[in-house]
Amino acid sequence: MRLSCPICGERPLEEFNYRGDATVRRPVSADLSAAAEWHDYVYLRDNPRGAHTEHWRHGGGCGAWLEVERDTLTHEVFAVRLAKAGKGAAR
Amino acid sequence: NAMILHGADAELLERDQALDMVPAIDAGNSRFPVYGGLLQRRAGNARHDAVAWGYARGADMRGVDIIQNCEVTGITRDGSGRAIGVETSRGAIKAGKIGLAVAGHTSHVAAMADLRLPIESHKLQAFVTEGIKPVIDTVVTFGHGHFYISQSDKGGLVFGANLDGYNSYAQRGNLPTIEATVEAAMHLMPSLARLRLLRHWAGVMDMSMDGSPFICRTPVEGLYLNAGWCYGGFKATPASGWCFAHTIARDEPHAYNAYYTLDRFARGYAVDTKGAGPQPNYH
Repeated sequence: MRLSCPICGERPLEEFNYRGDATVRRPVSADLSAAAEWHDYVYLRDNPRGAHTEHWRHGGGCGAWLEVERDTLTHEVFAVRLAKAGKGAAR
Repeated sequence: NAMILHGADAELLERDQALDMVPAIDAGNSRFPVYGGLLQRRAGNARHDAVAWGYARGADMRGVDIIQNCEVTGITRDGSGRAIGVETSRGAIKAGKIGLAVAGHTSHVAAMADLRLPIESHKLQAFVTEGIKPVIDTVVTFGHGHFYISQSDKGGLVFGANLDGYNSYAQRGNLPTIEATVEAAMHLMPSLARLRLLRHWAGVMDMSMDGSPFICRTPVEGLYLNAGWCYGGFKATPASGWCFAHTIARDEPHAYNAYYTLDRFARGYAVDTKGAGPQPNYH
């Protein structure tokens, strides 16, 4: 399994740190009324067997946050982009 | 202390006592020196195949049907949302109650009942060396790399260390973890360096958000869950099965599994023994 950093190019896997699912949305409200939203954001995951959009960080390299589209069954990597340009980016 | 308070034995060993028990450990390891050990003298090994077959035979003798090569493809619900059966690759099975205990594929199957769970599936690689004469007669775990090693009765050394660390159902691992695992082995027992690796695989772990399991009811009536055991499920099998049976039969948890519910995060009762927070790959 190889990740290709948009800034550094293809680098060994051990240079990258895994964060998790990039599709979960951090709630905007800090109110108690948003508690259920916060719970879902922090704790609940689709955890699919197949296509997965996830955050990695190139900690052993440039330090950039990346959004990766990868198959969790085959490890095929479909896309790697900077997180701020990705689907999981803040609105 | 936590172990003793819960009725399990735990002895602190001095450095020399630990090294005496496991002569294979390199006493001169200066990178990660051994200062002592924690011993559970009462503990032992169990052969995993024998345990699985023992339970299978016991269940079969008591009238349980075990249907192999039969994949659950759906969970049937009635008008009120109650789970009333499963669809499988070999046909439909109706049920009054359904217990879900599928380890790494828990999220995958729970999704069939529209459940999203606090679980990520990760993989843990395991390694077995060629068979050698007895060299280790206990199970040794080592803080560096979360490493463990023991010797099977066929002579092979069985060992492993950390998760690969990313969501995976692949049942095979990648090289950085192999390197890190073998490094940990070499720090602790460099005399094993010449051994050949005979077997290598990875299991799919249902890593929970606090590293602790779920033995509970679910928001779906009639559907019960036993999951989130991370990489530590086998040794808990008898107790977890007993608690699960109680929960299913009585439709409520036993005192032993009262904490292991799906709603514990929302209520502020995470059972996070490692203190690593809601990051499954840290547990």
